[in-house]
Amino acid sequence: MKRILRSRSLRRVATAIVATAVVGASLAACSSGSGSDSSGSGSDVDAALKAGGEITYWSWTPSAEAQVAAFEKQYPKVKVKLVNAGTNTTEYTKLQNAIKAGSGAPDVAQVEYYAIPQFALSDSLVDLTQFGFDKLKSDYTAGPWSSVNVGGKLVGLPQDSGPMAMFYNKTVFDKYGIAVPTTWDEYTAAAEKLHAADPNAYITSDSGDSGFTTSMIWQAGGRPFSVDGTKVTVNLQDEGTKKWTATWNKLVEGKLLSSVPGWSDEWYKALGNGSIATLITGAWMPGTLESSVTEASGQWRVAPIPTYDGKPANAENGGGGQVVLKQSKNQALAAGFLKWLNNDESSIKVFLKSGGFPSTTKDLSSDAFLSDAPEYFGGQKINEVLADGAKNVSTGWQYLPYQVYANSIYADSVGQSYASNSDLNTGLKAWQQSIVDYGNKQGFTVTGK
Amino acid sequence: MATLTDIAPTRADRAAVRKADRRAAKSFSTGGRRPRRSIVLTIVMVLFTVYSLVPLAWLLVNATKTQPDLFSSFGLWFGKDFNLFQNIADTLTYRDGIFLKWLGNTLLYVVVGAGGATLLATVAGYGLAKFNFPGKRAVFAIVLGAIAVPGTALAVPTFLMFSQVGLTNTPWAVILPSLVSPFGLYLVWTYATEAIPTELLEAARMDGASEFRTFFTISLRLLAPGVVTVALFAIVATWNNYFLPLIMLSDPTWYPLTVGLSQWSAQATGVAAQPIYNLVITGSLLTIVPIVIAFLFLQRFWQSGLAAGSVKQ
Repeated sequence: MKRILRSRSLRRVATAIVATAVVGASLAACSSGSGSDSSGSGSDVDAALKAGGEITYWSWTPSAEAQVAAFEKQYPKVKVKLVNAGTNTTEYTKLQNAIKAGSGAPDVAQVEYYAIPQFALSDSLVDLTQFGFDKLKSDYTAGPWSSVNVGGKLVGLPQDSGPMAMFYNKTVFDKYGIAVPTTWDEYTAAAEKLHAADPNAYITSDSGDSGFTTSMIWQAGGRPFSVDGTKVTVNLQDEGTKKWTATWNKLVEGKLLSSVPGWSDEWYKALGNGSIATLITGAWMPGTLESSVTEASGQWRVAPIPTYDGKPANAENGGGGQVVLKQSKNQALAAGFLKWLNNDESSIKVFLKSGGFPSTTKDLSSDAFLSDAPEYFGGQKINEVLADGAKNVSTGWQYLPYQVYANSIYADSVGQSYASNSDLNTGLKAWQQSIVDYGNKQGFTVTGK
Repeated sequence: MATLTDIAPTRADRAAVRKADRRAAKSFSTGGRRPRRSIVLTIVMVLFTVYSLVPLAWLLVNATKTQPDLFSSFGLWFGKDFNLFQNIADTLTYRDGIFLKWLGNTLLYVVVGAGGATLLATVAGYGLAKFNFPGKRAVFAIVLGAIAVPGTALAVPTFLMFSQVGLTNTPWAVILPSLVSPFGLYLVWTYATEAIPTELLEAARMDGASEFRTFFTISLRLLAPGVVTVALFAIVATWNNYFLPLIMLSDPTWYPLTVGLSQWSAQATGVAAQPIYNLVITGSLLTIVPIVIAFLFLQRFWQSGLAAGSVKQ
């Protein structure tokens, strides 16, 4: 009896300890530190590059290594420590942790466009206007440039861009006599025809991908997120969103989409054997197809993304730039590296060679770029199609200041609609509710419409 | 001195005890009669064996394939080419041999982290089992509480604490938390209570042996199976440690294998994707080899350790 009593009181002690530990953890996670606000100018950047020093650069892009080597050759006094801190969300978590901890962040980091507002609004990024980088505006296409301008500040320089396009397997299209669709109605008709002809083949794969969804809403003219400081409005039932779901519901409810998750080994396999016939994605896709779907060499082609009324309309999908962090002890030098990285010809040359799709207008209109006709795409001048798509990207799109989190919970709501082949609007409404609830808890004033 | 050797059980004695234990265990499980075969249980066991072996078989088979072969051939059988050795060579040399660096890091974390954890758990567990001092019950409560807190829950606060003192992104960030093993301490504690008769220690003290000498010459030997068990638990936990190094380290040159491999796997995603699934699979295979060997050699201790404290004598 005594023993039982003792173990009970022990358990109470243990529970108390656990509870304290957990509360302590969440309190600690709330505290945050922000770096210093120092000011500089364009001439400071040149001076810093001449004086030299050491900076750290976080990036997972394959061209980074060669770019850093070329930079160090040009500026021998500057040492750039390149660190691959993880691909996309892994890196963002680490970056967020380092920002919260007040130390450990790099000087320059690669951040995709959709994640930039999150770091900009927590005031962790250096406003590059002080170095005169706002004058570089005309060097970049409109979509990426607006993505690095958040709340009136220039918080980064664009590297690549992802104007959307339709990649299609011509061999499969020819086999079943399918014409290249130019409107979404034609696209859904092609989906039906293909799947009826070959039950193992699908027009595309989509098991629910937040980046794809937001890009498709963007293309349809929807603007579900609007951000003004800490005031956020979410409307995932606006006209554009409904336009997209009206089309995409036909594919989801009609079970006309392959459920193979994107970027999985099965997906690569399906792209190679023709069971996925099209990809609606960013212009950065060709490099990956060429290097990793070798089986289908010569079969793929590129066409403009289908539209709702036949008139050109486009959106960005993926892509990102580099930012300078306020934690940096040598912001002028970091800015100097950033400018070289995303504005200097010798850097962009390395980037293009690695298969990247640029955001610089000069390169997008250069003859060498446009006349490139890779064997993989049957000698098609694919960059003509892709660069043309960049011109049609509609403006005014905004991401949430906590888009990384919102995307991470997408599968719980919209993903469920995909899984049950039911109305996407139901899932989108649930997603909106979660987005509103979370934002309000984080100190934003979020209203859902 | 003579008394000391007399009291400490000889090797032969211990072997005899072990044999007797085994006999007792056998008669206990079968009730002394011939075992009756149960078809249902056999089927369940076969199913579980298949369930646990299929992933291993998959890993072995797919480590022999090239990247295109992986996509174009059946998952549970071999592809066109036998590419295992090329894969191993590629894994070891990819990005200037970073895999070997990760292997070295993992070994460092295991030797220093798990080794240190075992040492601390042994010393502390023994002390708690065999000495009386004020506050012992409080220590007991804290240790029990610590077992209940998953390491994952402590990772973020530990990260914030370490970054205050500038320890993040250094090997210490992984080693220091690995040194603490409340479960190991608890295990040694219960094991020591059972395995070391207090009379034996008293006899040693009577003979004038110092506490350290008693610990190293008598107690540690009696504790050996328990210590090996704790070491195995710590080695496996450190070898498989993922979340802690993931958030502590941002520089790949300090990554252990777990985090490194997941980084390779993530390379297949998004803009400028470079899938190297064949290397991820081969790397995973190479990663489990040492731990499988450790198991095969030390499983005897593992079993006896697992049973420690379960039966009152």
